[in-house]
Amino acid sequence: MSAPIEESPATSLRDRLAAIATLDAGALEAEDIAILGRKQGELTRRLKALATLSLDEKRAQGALLNALKGEFEAAITTRRAELADEARQQEGAGVDLTMPGRESWHGTLHPVTVVIDEIVEIFRGLGFSVALGPEVETEEHNFGALNFAPDHPAMDMHDTLYLDPDGAVPATGERLLLRTHTSPVQVRVMREGPPPYRVVIPGTVYRNDAFDPSHAPAFAQVEGLAVDEGITFVDLKATLAHFAERFFGRGTTVRFRPSFFPFTEPSAEMDVACQLCAGQGCAACKGTGWMEILGCGMVHENVLRNCGVDPERWTGFAFGMGPQRVAMLRHGVPDIRHLYAGDMRFLQQFRSVGS
Amino acid sequence: MNASRAWLEAFLRRPLDGTDIANRLAMLGAPVDAIEPIGADLSAFVVATVTDVRAHPDADKLRVTTVDDGSGSTWSVVCGAPNVVAGGRYPFARLGTTMPGGMVIERRKLRGEVSEGMLCSARELGLGEEHDGLLTLDTDAPNGTPIATVLGGGDERLVVDVTPNRPDLFGHKGIARELSASLNVPFRLPEIPGLAATDVPPPERAADSGSTGGITVTIADRQGCPRFLAGVVRNVQIGPSPEWLRQRLAAVGVRSINNVVDVTNYMMFELNQPMHAYDADALRGAAIGVRAAASGEVLVTLDGSTRTIPDGALVIVDGAGVIGIAGVMGGRDSEVTAATTNVLIECAAFDPSRVRAARRALGMSTDASQRFERGTDRWGAVDAFRRAMQLLASVTGGTIERPTLDCFPAPSHPPRIFLRPSRVVQVLGLDLDWREIERCLVAIGATVVSKPDDARIAVDVPGWRPDLVAEIDLIEEVARIHGYDAIPATVGPVRPVFRPDDAGWAAAHRARQVLVAAGLSEVLTLPMVTAGDARAPVLLNPLSNDHRCLRPALSPALVTEVERNWSAHIGDVRLFEVGTAFTASDERGAAPRESQQAAFALTGRRQPAHWNDPAPRAWDRWDAKDLLQQLVALAHPGAALQVEGDGWAVHATDGRRIGHAGPITADSPPWAAPLFVGEIELGTVDGGHAKFTPLPTFPAVTRDLTLQVPAGRAVAEISALLVQRGTRHDLRAVQVIDEYRDPSVADGARNVTVRLVFRSDHRTLTDTEVDQATGRLRTTLERELDVSLRSS
Repeated sequence: MSAPIEESPATSLRDRLAAIATLDAGALEAEDIAILGRKQGELTRRLKALATLSLDEKRAQGALLNALKGEFEAAITTRRAELADEARQQEGAGVDLTMPGRESWHGTLHPVTVVIDEIVEIFRGLGFSVALGPEVETEEHNFGALNFAPDHPAMDMHDTLYLDPDGAVPATGERLLLRTHTSPVQVRVMREGPPPYRVVIPGTVYRNDAFDPSHAPAFAQVEGLAVDEGITFVDLKATLAHFAERFFGRGTTVRFRPSFFPFTEPSAEMDVACQLCAGQGCAACKGTGWMEILGCGMVHENVLRNCGVDPERWTGFAFGMGPQRVAMLRHGVPDIRHLYAGDMRFLQQFRSVGS
Repeated sequence: MNASRAWLEAFLRRPLDGTDIANRLAMLGAPVDAIEPIGADLSAFVVATVTDVRAHPDADKLRVTTVDDGSGSTWSVVCGAPNVVAGGRYPFARLGTTMPGGMVIERRKLRGEVSEGMLCSARELGLGEEHDGLLTLDTDAPNGTPIATVLGGGDERLVVDVTPNRPDLFGHKGIARELSASLNVPFRLPEIPGLAATDVPPPERAADSGSTGGITVTIADRQGCPRFLAGVVRNVQIGPSPEWLRQRLAAVGVRSINNVVDVTNYMMFELNQPMHAYDADALRGAAIGVRAAASGEVLVTLDGSTRTIPDGALVIVDGAGVIGIAGVMGGRDSEVTAATTNVLIECAAFDPSRVRAARRALGMSTDASQRFERGTDRWGAVDAFRRAMQLLASVTGGTIERPTLDCFPAPSHPPRIFLRPSRVVQVLGLDLDWREIERCLVAIGATVVSKPDDARIAVDVPGWRPDLVAEIDLIEEVARIHGYDAIPATVGPVRPVFRPDDAGWAAAHRARQVLVAAGLSEVLTLPMVTAGDARAPVLLNPLSNDHRCLRPALSPALVTEVERNWSAHIGDVRLFEVGTAFTASDERGAAPRESQQAAFALTGRRQPAHWNDPAPRAWDRWDAKDLLQQLVALAHPGAALQVEGDGWAVHATDGRRIGHAGPITADSPPWAAPLFVGEIELGTVDGGHAKFTPLPTFPAVTRDLTLQVPAGRAVAEISALLVQRGTRHDLRAVQVIDEYRDPSVADGARNVTVRLVFRSDHRTLTDTEVDQATGRLRTTLERELDVSLRSS
């Protein structure tokens, strides 16, 4: 119970509390010290003085003073924030905030790298791991082990660049070449140890093709190989159709057509519904409504045998695709040669892609 | 392979839709690259009746006609054709029609008479050479009907993309067989108009040699020529082919030559059996044969070129010498000409690889070589030969000399292959009924010999499918005919395989991250470069001199790309590339060393200009050094940069130089900022996971020292000494915070301010301790490196 007379100092404090909302910055800080200052603050002093009072008075006065202290602290904090806001606004007055912000240079990944990474990541998610191999290969790795018959017209699909042996005959009697596909890495992986295998193989491959709007003498390829017990054509279709949906978007339709590669049998091409016309048929898809995206097939028995894998026990599938082509489709790049140029105006168009 | 839709229709005895068959062929493995209309577009022309014909008042050869085109109006048309009659029905081009030649039909006056359209001849419609008069339409169709519906649809050419394993698809019969399987309808050879009913009896069999029509035939290279059929047709009338034959050839894009050559081309496109016709009287010594070429033999081929025949190539010879390169091209001197009266037809099988080798050595490819190198049907050659002889006799009016000859020294059969239905399941994941398996195999022309009582089906493969040699080949055929679409795509369980990613993959990723974060743009340049660097491996068959070598480093190509940007007036260029560099091996003939490298090139402003900072500073050498250091930290943790020239180099523990960075001189315009490049081998080091260091509990105390550094003394030495000696005094870092060169001091001495950072893990260091430590270090510097504090 407190007598009204004892409240008078507090009443005057209440007036000062109410006045805080109108103080300017200097007065506010002065008042902060005057009321709450650790040594001379009005409230601090009174709280200290409580020690001299009786227990009952201590309880009554103490509660009152502590409540008042909390209110002062809150009022001062609020007013301080208000003043800071006002100051900032005043400072900003007259600044044209529509002026351009300060830019920094944006690094960019090459659009082909982004495509490669996306493809590789999808297959890594499916349990494939990344395998790499040399770009200079032997004929045996690039052709022989992969069931290319010498002097077969299939060789015409692989116009090959050879290394100048400089008059020397390699120990194996084999010529060195620039790999025409990433498939020699399949051979290396299989010869490394027994199945199962699940690898995805990105890399650069080479063809003796003139540099024109749709051909380059060196380009990227992403290859995949899965060999295990019980892998069938059903798994090939399921895996690659899943890939297409992950890469091109849910609901992407695919079709598998028979094809021919020496190193797979049965062989197939996978088409996806044309991304430009949604399957209606346009110039880009030659009116078919489909875009050829990758070649694939069941690993040829002869390839497995050549790599020391028993085809009666192990079966598998392989696939390969060209990221340059995918990047061209994706970004509408009409000429492959753009993808080999370092023109900043080209590269900076891909600021939003990748990391 | 160019296929004619009409020709296929003749095989299948039904109308076909070009788009539909293109889809079907695609799903059978032979996509159609293009469907091209053949002949003129007839959609603009209509059937019309001439109701009246009057003489032209002012011209003897012209008539004035009245034409009813079904439009409700009649038109006055001036016509010069002699065969125009009242009541006749003809193709009519209305006003505004564009003719095949590009002329637009307009109203005009001919010798004073108005003409409002044009009545057309076959040639004017692009339908043939007939120009003696109007094309007379024998039809009941009402006037105004498009003539295409009356004349039958024009033909279409389908450009079929044939894979190297399918020679049979180089003939219409092979394509028709595929369509027959797809449409589930029968097919048979087209009937040939006007063909005499008399059959040609089978040729007489012989081994390596025999004779027919007085001409001796000899196979002197059995391996190269397993079969050689020959027949003579006497008293041929050389001339143009009948219209149907010329149309067939035109449809597939082959020029009509004369009735004899056209027959051989027809057979090639129908049955994939190239043949050759010789003037029988030009065969010296009345002989023909096949042998391997001797060294240096020469032939003037049909195209008039004189060619030196590659050693060992298969050649066709007569009694005196070479008259043809087997499977590639015949010789000029024995070709059929207008004066020819007796013709010898050759229908042979040649070893595909010999033909291929020869045509590659000669650098030429012909319709015949394309087929022979893929493999023709030596067993089906007899049927093709008999059909050709019959057709030849029919179109030339000649007489076949009997018997004809079939030299087949080592008669054989196409292979028999055993197929296990269990293996079909294992590969395709599809448990097919054996009846379906049989249906698929029969559809491709195979003969299923036995039923699967004992888990194997014996299959005799057709002679036109040299690609079918093993069980797996039949499984592919089953899948193909059954339909890839009909195979489910159900995701099955997957057994995880543990195999770590190739370390190079992660290394490339880490380098790209660093370089992108620094604001650089990735570029992929061609790995082939011009010669000039002795370390660069050389290519044997480069595309051009610009692409003769494999790059021994990546940065030169980046410099080239910077120069290209400069020529496009782009001064801010920040490029990087991660790729393979090649170094020729010291051992001749050994594979070059390959290494994955990261390279960068920097020039221009360090950041884009802003209105608040219109002239940002340009990149300098210290930026290049930092980038190199970041890459070194990733790829070669612990390796240190050494000063090299006006830049830096990094060496591996074995002393090999694995990286560098610094300024470089390029072909720069005067306005360009300095250019800096760097490059490093990435290796396969994985830095592993960072270990947590406890955050400091006690504050650091710093002291700045401005040192007088004499010329020739490197800051790195000072820092290293300070760190080495300071450790026991809780010196944690030495930071270089300023450098000042007094322009008035000429001896190269400079002032360098370093900040010493002291900190203990156990307590707060006192000022006194730190001052004492600093004093000791100062003394050390003075004593050991002759570096003293700047006198203020």
